[in-house]
Amino acid sequence: MFGPLVCKPGSSRNNKTGPWRTGLRPKFLKKDCIACNMCLIVCPETCITGQGKNTYDFDPDFCKGCGNCAAVCPKKDIEMVKEGDA
Amino acid sequence: MSKTLFNSGHTACAGCGQSLAARLVIDAAGPNTIVVNNTGCLEVFSTKYPETSWGVPWIHSLFENAAAVASGVESAVKYLGKGDQINIIAQGGDGGTADIGLQALSGMLERGHNILYVCYDNEAYMNTGVQRSGLTPFDTNTTTSPAGSASFGNLRPKKPMPEIANAHGIPYVATASAGFAQDLQRKVKKALSLKGPKYIQVHVPCPLGWRHETNLTIQVAKLAVETGLYPLVEYENGIISARRQITPKPVEEYLKVQGRFKHLLKNPEEIKKIQEIADNNIKKYGLKVEPQQQVNPSA
Amino acid sequence: MKEFLEGSKAIAEIVKLCKPGVISAYPITPQTHIVEGLAQIVADGKLNAQFVNVESEHSAASTVLGSVACGVRSYTATSSQGLFYMAEVLYNIAGMRLPVIMTTAARAISAPINIWNDHQDVVSLRDSGWIQFHAEDIQEAVDLHLIAYRLGEDKSIMLPVMVCIDGFVLTHGVENVNMPSQEEVDKFLPPYNAPYKLDVTNPMTLGPLVDPDFYTETRFALNETHREALELIPKIILEFFKVFGRNYNGLIEGYQIKDAERVIVAMGSVCGTIKEVVDELRKKGKKVGLLKITSLRPFPVAHIYEALKNIPKVAVIDRALSLGSFAPLAGEIRAVFFGKPKKPKIISSFIVGLGGRDITKESIKEIFRLLTGKEKQGEFIDLKPELLRESYE
Repeated sequence: MFGPLVCKPGSSRNNKTGPWRTGLRPKFLKKDCIACNMCLIVCPETCITGQGKNTYDFDPDFCKGCGNCAAVCPKKDIEMVKEGDA
Repeated sequence: MSKTLFNSGHTACAGCGQSLAARLVIDAAGPNTIVVNNTGCLEVFSTKYPETSWGVPWIHSLFENAAAVASGVESAVKYLGKGDQINIIAQGGDGGTADIGLQALSGMLERGHNILYVCYDNEAYMNTGVQRSGLTPFDTNTTTSPAGSASFGNLRPKKPMPEIANAHGIPYVATASAGFAQDLQRKVKKALSLKGPKYIQVHVPCPLGWRHETNLTIQVAKLAVETGLYPLVEYENGIISARRQITPKPVEEYLKVQGRFKHLLKNPEEIKKIQEIADNNIKKYGLKVEPQQQVNPSA
Repeated sequence: MKEFLEGSKAIAEIVKLCKPGVISAYPITPQTHIVEGLAQIVADGKLNAQFVNVESEHSAASTVLGSVACGVRSYTATSSQGLFYMAEVLYNIAGMRLPVIMTTAARAISAPINIWNDHQDVVSLRDSGWIQFHAEDIQEAVDLHLIAYRLGEDKSIMLPVMVCIDGFVLTHGVENVNMPSQEEVDKFLPPYNAPYKLDVTNPMTLGPLVDPDFYTETRFALNETHREALELIPKIILEFFKVFGRNYNGLIEGYQIKDAERVIVAMGSVCGTIKEVVDELRKKGKKVGLLKITSLRPFPVAHIYEALKNIPKVAVIDRALSLGSFAPLAGEIRAVFFGKPKKPKIISSFIVGLGGRDITKESIKEIFRLLTGKEKQGEFIDLKPELLRESYE
C-alpha cells in the first residue's frame, strides 16, 4: 500500500497565485517598449510573455504584484496601477 | 506563460529573489538535469504536495545533506553510464550550505563528484523566520542576532564560503547575483560544461527577511554588488579568472533601503566598519574600474 | 560451496553476489571488515560498483538514498553511534519508500562508550519503518541479505531492510558457510526495477512537503505495508528454499517448543547458546524450548501468539533497555497476549549481555531456573552489585 508520495511535473500551475495581489498590478503600456526582455527575465513568477516591441504582457492568474517588472523597465513602459484600473 | 522548468504557481513571497534565481539556474541547466534540494524556502514553496513547480526530476534530501544525496545520485548516474548526458545540481540555502551542510559539501568537493552545488545566499535562515547563519553579514539585524540597546546585530563577518570551496581544489567556483540574471545563467552553463565539483553562490534578496519593498529585489541585489559588499568573481582551477568590476557606490545606499540595517543609519561608526568591509573586498578582488581600464566584458 | 569464513567476509561476499551499483562506506567498529572486504572486491574488479568513501554515516545513508532513488541497487553498513548519526536519514528513506539494504553490526551505545555487542542500537531504530531482521549465525546472516534485497525491492513493498548481526560475535567470528553461486543468486534475486525514480525522461518530484491534509495517509500506508510484508516473507522463504535448499521460517523459529513448559524468547546470536542449553536440559528430561524472533519488524504478532499461547512459562531475553520503562522485546511480547483468550501464566523479562558481557550457558540455565518461580520484571541476570554506589566516586 502507498500513500501520497510523488508529485507530477509542473503541477504547480494548478495553484493560481493571482489572488495574492494586494492592490497593485502591472500595466504594460506597450508604447515605448524596446523588447529588452528584462521584465520577462526578472519576473519571479515567470508570468510575463512577449516577443518583439510592445508585445509584452503579464498573466493575471499568477502575478503576485511584486512590481519588479515595472522597476526594471528601462523605458518606464510598465506602471503599477490599482487593481481594477483600466 | 514562458516555457520554463520552474513553473508558476509556487508559493514564494512576492518579489522573492530565490524563486527568480532558482528558475534562472534550472532553465540554464536544461531538462537533462536532476536536482537535489535541501530543506528551506525553495524546497517548501516549490514542492507542496500534490503540486510541484519542477519540470525536471527533483528530490528533497533533508536539511544538511543535499551534497551527500547528490553524491549518491551522481554515483548512480555514473554506474548507469549516463555521466556525460545528465547534469546534477545540488542546491541549498546559506544555512544549509555553510553551517549544517558544510560537512556534506566538503565531502562531496573532496571526492570530486561531477556535481554543481548552488548556494542560494539570502544571508539568514529565512524559512524558519530570519535567524542568523554563518553567511549573515556583519551588523545585520536577525531574530537571533537582533539589534538592541546592547548590540548592533550580528557580530561576525560572512564565512568565506567561495574561498572554502575553492580551497578544495575544484575546477570552478563563482559568486553570482539575482540582480544579474544573464551573468548567473552564463556561470551555470559554464560550470555544467566542466567535469568535477563546481560551486556557485548566488546572492538572493529576501523582501521579507531583509525588509525591503517587493519591487526592489533587483535593485537591492545590484546595490550589493555595486558597493563591493558582494563581489562577483570566478575562480578556475584555484585562481581568480574574472571579476565584475564596479564604480563603487557608498554602502549607505545599499543599507538604507533595507529594514534589517535600519538601526545602523544613525551610527556612522558602524557604517564605517561596513564600508571597510566593502573597501577590503574591492582591494582584494580588484573590483574598481580604473580610468583607463576596460570594464570586464563578462557582463 | 562451503567455506570457512569470517562473518564480515561472508557478508561482503554475498553483497558482491547481489550486485549493487553503489556502495557507500564509512568505518565504525565492528563493521569495518565488511566495507574493507567490499573495497578490495571492487578494487580487484570483481564487482562493478561505485564505491563512495563518504565523510560520515549521515552521508553514507544519504548517498544510498540518492542512488536507490535513481533506481540503482545500493548497500551500506554501520553500527551503534553511526546508526544514530544517520537516524534521521533512515526515517527519511523509509518514509520515501526507497529499498536501501543495510547491515547493522549490533553494538552498545554511548555513554559509556563501549564497542561490544548488544542490541541497544538496532532496537532503538525499530520505529523507523525499516524492516528489521536478526541473524543467529553467519549462514543466516548471509541468507538474510538475499532475502532482504528480494523483499525490500518487491514492487508491493518498497521498504528499506536492516539485517542485524551481533557485533564481533558474527562480524569477527568464523564459521563454515555455504556461499551460493552467482547463478543461484541470479535465479532468486531479479534485478532492481524501480517503480518510481529520478529519471529525466519521466521527471517526478520525490519527497515533497506534505501538510496535515495528506501526511497521515502516507504513514498509514507504511504501516499497512509492514502487514503486507508479514504475508510476503513466508512466500519469499519458500522461493529461497527452492533455490538454495535451506529452510527458514523468516519470522520466528520455534526450537523444541511443541511440548515445552518453559520457553525463552530471544533474538540474535544468543539463540545458538540457548539451543545448546535446551539440548542439554532436554537430555535431563526438562521440557524447555526457545522461540527465536528473526523479524523484529514487521513484528509477527499472530505467529508469536500461536507459538506461545499454550506455553505456561515464558522468559523474554532483552539485550537492550527502554530506560525508564519495560524492556523493549518483553513489552512487545506481553502485548501480543493482551485481551486474547489464551496466554502464558508467566511472562518474565530478563536483561542480559549489555555492552558485550558474555551470555554464558550458566546464565541461560539460571533463567530457566528462575522461570519456575515468580514473574520477573526487567531482571538483570548478570548484574555485579559491587560496582554500584550512591555517588559518582
